[in-house]
Amino acid sequence: MKAAVIVFPGLNRDRDMIAALTKIGGVAPAVVWHQDADIPDVDLIVIPGGFSYGDYLRCGAIAARSPMMDKVRERAAKGTKVLGVCNGFQILIEAGLLPGALMRNTSLKFVCREVKLEVTNTDNAFTSGYAKGQIIRCPVAHHDGNYFADAETLAALEGDGRVAFRYAAGTNPNGSINNIAGILNAEKNVLGLMPHPENLIETAHGGIDGRALFAALLDKAA
Amino acid sequence: MTLRNDIEITPQLVADHGLKPDEYQKILDLIGREPTYTELGIFSAMWNEHCSYKSSKKWLRTLPTTGPRVIQGPGENAGVVDIGDGQAVVFKMESHNHPSFIEPYQGAATGVGGILRDVFTMGARPVAAMNALRFGAPEHEKTKHLVHGVVAGVGGYGNSFGVPTVAGEVEFDARYNGNNLVNAFAAGLADTDKIFYSKAEGVGLPVVYLGAKTGRDGVGGATMASAEFGDDIEEKRPTVQVGDPFTEKRLLEACLELMATGAVIAIQDMGAAGLTCSAVEMGAKGDLGIELNLDKVPVREEHMTAYEMMLSESQERMLMVLHPEKEPEARAVFEKWELDFATVGKTTDDLRFRVLWQGEEVANLPIKELGDEAPEYDRPWVEPKIPAALAADDVPQMDVAEALLKLVGGHQCSSRRWVYEQYDTMIQGNSVQRPGGDAGVIRVLGHDSKGLAFTSDVNPRYCEANPYEGGKQAVAECWRNLTATGAEPLAATDNLNFGNPERPEIMGQLVKAVGGIGDACRALDFPIVSGNVSLYNETNGRGILPTPTIGGVGLLPDWQKSVRIGFVAEGQPILLIGGPAERGSHLGQSIYLRDLFDRRDGDAPHVDLAAERKTGDFVRKLIRSGAVTACHDLSDGGLGVGLAEMAISGGIGATVVDIEGYDPILQYFGEDQGRYLVTLNLDPQGDEITALFDQAKVLGIYATWIGSTGGADLVLGHAKPVSVSALTQAHESWFPNYMSA
Repeated sequence: MKAAVIVFPGLNRDRDMIAALTKIGGVAPAVVWHQDADIPDVDLIVIPGGFSYGDYLRCGAIAARSPMMDKVRERAAKGTKVLGVCNGFQILIEAGLLPGALMRNTSLKFVCREVKLEVTNTDNAFTSGYAKGQIIRCPVAHHDGNYFADAETLAALEGDGRVAFRYAAGTNPNGSINNIAGILNAEKNVLGLMPHPENLIETAHGGIDGRALFAALLDKAA
Repeated sequence: MTLRNDIEITPQLVADHGLKPDEYQKILDLIGREPTYTELGIFSAMWNEHCSYKSSKKWLRTLPTTGPRVIQGPGENAGVVDIGDGQAVVFKMESHNHPSFIEPYQGAATGVGGILRDVFTMGARPVAAMNALRFGAPEHEKTKHLVHGVVAGVGGYGNSFGVPTVAGEVEFDARYNGNNLVNAFAAGLADTDKIFYSKAEGVGLPVVYLGAKTGRDGVGGATMASAEFGDDIEEKRPTVQVGDPFTEKRLLEACLELMATGAVIAIQDMGAAGLTCSAVEMGAKGDLGIELNLDKVPVREEHMTAYEMMLSESQERMLMVLHPEKEPEARAVFEKWELDFATVGKTTDDLRFRVLWQGEEVANLPIKELGDEAPEYDRPWVEPKIPAALAADDVPQMDVAEALLKLVGGHQCSSRRWVYEQYDTMIQGNSVQRPGGDAGVIRVLGHDSKGLAFTSDVNPRYCEANPYEGGKQAVAECWRNLTATGAEPLAATDNLNFGNPERPEIMGQLVKAVGGIGDACRALDFPIVSGNVSLYNETNGRGILPTPTIGGVGLLPDWQKSVRIGFVAEGQPILLIGGPAERGSHLGQSIYLRDLFDRRDGDAPHVDLAAERKTGDFVRKLIRSGAVTACHDLSDGGLGVGLAEMAISGGIGATVVDIEGYDPILQYFGEDQGRYLVTLNLDPQGDEITALFDQAKVLGIYATWIGSTGGADLVLGHAKPVSVSALTQAHESWFPNYMSA
């Protein structure tokens, strides 16, 4: 399984993501600069977290309109798996690859802490390494993670099993509707989530609950 | 020589530039003519307190700054310390006090930006940040607004830049009502053979401007920061810079990429006094002149004058001297990151600092003298009056359990979670110990087991009562906090925050505090490798508490062997290491007196530096032996608060036995120095623990069993038990309740 990490200026968890993919997958992912001509032939495209273009205009809005995202959109349409974490999730939403919106946290403050996640659905390539309903630990670090969608979209997400992760045990850090932490597209080959599984994959992180996500994607044992 | 000058130099104009009449006379003597307006601006930028250290230099020279591991001491952008294996830690702490009071968000944000730039200017990728924040009394009308703004500003910049905040301090005291303190620390990692310096070399080489464009923000900022505040403070808002962490992040990546190409000869970030200070410093250090052509400077506002360009403190800018043959390669790196790249001048051999603007020379000054001949004062100072020690029988009484709950739930000792959860504490994936313990710990990238520990400490109450002991204590507590994680303290950075040095009693505080810092650093082999001085922290003639903040760095051979403050298991013996045998005796200047009885009397506790070192070395060795399961140093609130913090952090209670017939208030709330609490994975009746006590005895270290972990309550001798959940509730509630009230 080959992976590529897309880097926009201002992203800052690219190194964390590259480290996680390398440690779990055994090979370093291709690193694609936003101005590169193309994305190499890979099975998984990852857009990591950070502050692309300084969060100016709206989080993810500028990166979402870059030519690179047209290429991501093409690959996604062909079935390549696409994972967006934190700012990556915001970019996927702004690019129209995932529905809804990510608003400012209800606290109006940046929040960095560990939360609990329920793995809501496992019938997809991203969460198949977990048990349905399993509660895992995971850190969050964001200012705009308050997911919102209209009733119709929400019904579709819930009805089609497209909610991948929910904040559990009263740990919703941002006011997100239905406690949604991560969602899939209709084809279930695109996942966006606010929490940072790449920051909980080894002893130094104080836990390894994030490993199963990458292990499943990279065909490795967790 | 005729220089263009459009503005008449009047005594008032000189005064407005913060220059005293005798200082102006010195300028006239130095250049033999009247300066131009631009030159006056340049002098004011170079000779203000902030940039020249003119009041403190004499005393800073007394600090120990060298050691076997020190690669670079004070005088560069940051200090550099060898951590073995060809790696170095590069760090510094710097204040942004005045701007943060005028405009809290941007003031704090650009404080973080400035210190990060100091670190990556030297070729180091920032890996850890801390900040020491001090605000006025919680009930003061401005405090909440300042806390909101400063914390959001620190987070807004650091989070976006992508450096984990691993430790820090937040303190409240009415003496900061008119001047809050924002001391920002950053540390980076570099290879010892790839450190970059500001000394220019070679004549006729391009001086290149990199980064963001120059605007009018921050013009005169360093001069503003070198004056007291009055009621006209609101008018100073335009002197505060505006930060752009997105540009800083690109500047970091571009600089590190550029350094890897071998193009960089010298590099200096544009901080206080911007283009002026950076250009003069690079030239003067290299015994070279610098010629700048301001028409080449990238600007973002129209019609900027030479004066404004030379004094602008626009952020995220760098100045470099490059190898000319590498210029195209260098330009490509900056174009990739969409940053400005402009050759704005050259190095010369005439030791002059020449500034051209619109085809005319607007400044022509001797470059060495601009820095070296800055006024230096031996300001008059008076010996601080040390308050009388408390009488032995002066122990105001309160129920121990009640006092403990009040203290852990008070503004001084309560949890800072509300603050640090607004900072990204885990980005980069190396944060082994995050805020809330004695020190932050990160693992070192590129090494299998090495870790670094970071802490920032000072007790301004002690410094006010007894500046010498307070200075010693700040260093000792910093050293102690590093030790409590198992780290070997390597070196420190000092951020000296004081009032108006023209007042002899303030100068006395500075002199004595620096004396205490120096003595402690020497006794503990803990050199000062970088630092910053912030004076004139006064509003309407009332100074802050003297606050010499010490930021320390320690090395762990194996981060997996570092310990935390929380109890980890039931039934483990708790040892108190460090005297006195009464467990606590000193209430003067304690939190117990201040926060429960509104008393600020007595002398500060004495730090016995020999005992400090002996005890710390013993504890560190014990931690590294693997016997220690948790460790916490004792500071504010003494043994009682220390035990409560260990219980809260671990979610496990403890039962501690009193010394019979000795006042429990002194036992539990005395703030005697040089003490640690440890829990052990040893049998309390076993041979190993006996051997440990014997060993301590031989070394002359006081060590005693005081109780065991376990249960849901913290039981302090005969006091009524307090549940850990009640302690936790009190500890976690103060900050969010205060901020939402």
